[in-house]
Amino acid sequence: MLNYVIKRLFSMIPVLVGISILLFFMLRMLPGDPAQVLAGQMASPEEIETIRKQLGLDRPVYEQYLSYLGRLVRLDLGRSARTQNPVIEEIWARLPNTALLAVVAIGLACLFGIPAGVISAVRPYTWVDYAVTMGALFGISMPVFWLGLMLVVVFAVVLRWLPAGGTGSWQHVVLPSVTLASFVVAFIARMTRSTMLETLSLDYISTARSKGLKEEVVVIKHALKNALIPIVTVVGLQFGLLLGGAVLTETVFAWPGIGRLIVDSILARDYPVIQGTILIFGLLYILVNLAVDILYVVIDPRIRYE
Amino acid sequence: MTVNAEPLLRVENLYTRFDTMDGVVTAVDGIDFDVHAGETLGLVGESGCGKSVTALSILRLLRCPPARIEGRILFGGRDLLQLDADAVRSVRGREISMIFQEPMTSLNPVLAIGEQVAEGVRLHQRLSRRESWQRAVEMLQKVQIPSPEIRAAQYPHKFSGGMRQRAMIAMALSCGPKLILADEPTTALDVTIQAQIMSLMMQLKQELNTAIVLITHDLGIVAETASRVIVMYAGQIMEEAPVRDLFKDPRHPYTRGLLGSVPVIGRGQRPNRRLQEIPGMVPSPLRMPAGCRFHPRCPQVAPRCCHEAPPMVLLGEHRRVRCWLETV
Repeated sequence: MLNYVIKRLFSMIPVLVGISILLFFMLRMLPGDPAQVLAGQMASPEEIETIRKQLGLDRPVYEQYLSYLGRLVRLDLGRSARTQNPVIEEIWARLPNTALLAVVAIGLACLFGIPAGVISAVRPYTWVDYAVTMGALFGISMPVFWLGLMLVVVFAVVLRWLPAGGTGSWQHVVLPSVTLASFVVAFIARMTRSTMLETLSLDYISTARSKGLKEEVVVIKHALKNALIPIVTVVGLQFGLLLGGAVLTETVFAWPGIGRLIVDSILARDYPVIQGTILIFGLLYILVNLAVDILYVVIDPRIRYE
Repeated sequence: MTVNAEPLLRVENLYTRFDTMDGVVTAVDGIDFDVHAGETLGLVGESGCGKSVTALSILRLLRCPPARIEGRILFGGRDLLQLDADAVRSVRGREISMIFQEPMTSLNPVLAIGEQVAEGVRLHQRLSRRESWQRAVEMLQKVQIPSPEIRAAQYPHKFSGGMRQRAMIAMALSCGPKLILADEPTTALDVTIQAQIMSLMMQLKQELNTAIVLITHDLGIVAETASRVIVMYAGQIMEEAPVRDLFKDPRHPYTRGLLGSVPVIGRGQRPNRRLQEIPGMVPSPLRMPAGCRFHPRCPQVAPRCCHEAPPMVLLGEHRRVRCWLETV
């Protein structure tokens, strides 16, 4: 098992190098000149040229990439073209906010999504099931920014229970995490329902019932544990995505997270920050996937990694 | 075994219907039979004749709806169909337990074998975790699983088909039930393993004085183990007889067809005798033939059989047949 984890950690290196190559060259294909953006509309051609030299943008692209890679090996993500702060500091200032939102949102989504899915699988084609299905459809199809705005209107403007945006207390976390969770909860509920429906029709469920076990025991101990693999997979993927930041939600709630950092950097053609954040996002995504793979072993005794 | 004693299980006029998109399917169509303490009753017939549904109806393991079960299932003076859910659960596993056909899929893959045996014991005999685990290990030993302490902690994927079926038997017997419904317990196993499992079941049955309803399509197994046989066809009982009488003197053309389709090696065989088959197919439960259900396939069909359902004719104690031939 330990060998497997070490192997997986080493296999991250080529993936991250791949991401860095794709990202580096795709960014350079974007229209717009970062030197021009930084210098401003009124700058003279000489000033723009100076900035370009400072940023090293006058050298051939492959040369730029190699020196970027060289710094990357020394864990140096460079400095922001806009603020001149080290990229790692820019990310570190926002990553905890994004992580907090992601953890709370995924927690809420599991807390409501899994029981909702289980209940609708236990009572399929009844009003409970239809209610869960309708709710899930609502959650999946509702635009996040609209839901966010509506929550702000109701809970911040009308009822004045919660702040409309910003950070600082647990109250600030509620509305953005509920907004983010609405989509994920629907996803998890649907996935749980379908895998539970399938599991509940299997032979060993009849065996469990024939022993005289209570229906709750049959459903939770015998069925849910078997249905967990696809559920955990979905939860892991969604969590990985949430860690990449949620631009719309962060914008609506003025939440200083990674998502907004990426968008702001793209608009400013701030190459080092874009490269740094997306690389870190890639790293987190791979780590979450690894965690999910390890979790499989805990859930299902048939799964063993060599 | 005294035949006249109060039966352990009495099934009266049992109907099990399923509401489907295409209409109502009557899987079990008004059957009745008794099971006495300690006996082995064979329930035989082709696939889809309603024998498994009968067993699932007795333990009320069918989802209702779409299933609808009517009639009376008397066990220990109570009608199982009238009990509430809690009372039915206290019968399952404790008084009546079930062994399923597919050992590969009937055990939960993510729970240790020992736990799967122990949980029933813990529930019905109110034992602690430790005690019930100990009991599970004892049961695994009883069904001749080698090194049961180690095996109890393992998961089903480490067990072969035969071993799994042994574990299923351990599970079924763990609370000392009075009756076991064994639904094709050896069908999925190799022939050599089949013999081992059957002899194990019979030995434990003797030891614990448990009655068995043995559901199978294998007449060889019935001949070796059952004392009495019920032949089912298309949801109905066609013939019932003590096992010797059935094999010596089958009265229903369907029973004769079944016996004729069993290959016999050796004695009394003409060298070029072809295996007999029953022509035609089992009727669709949505379009049962009028009259006798077997008439489209019956070699002795008479005009009356095509439109008038034959009555059940009593020929003696535990000897009955549903055929017009017996009424004259």
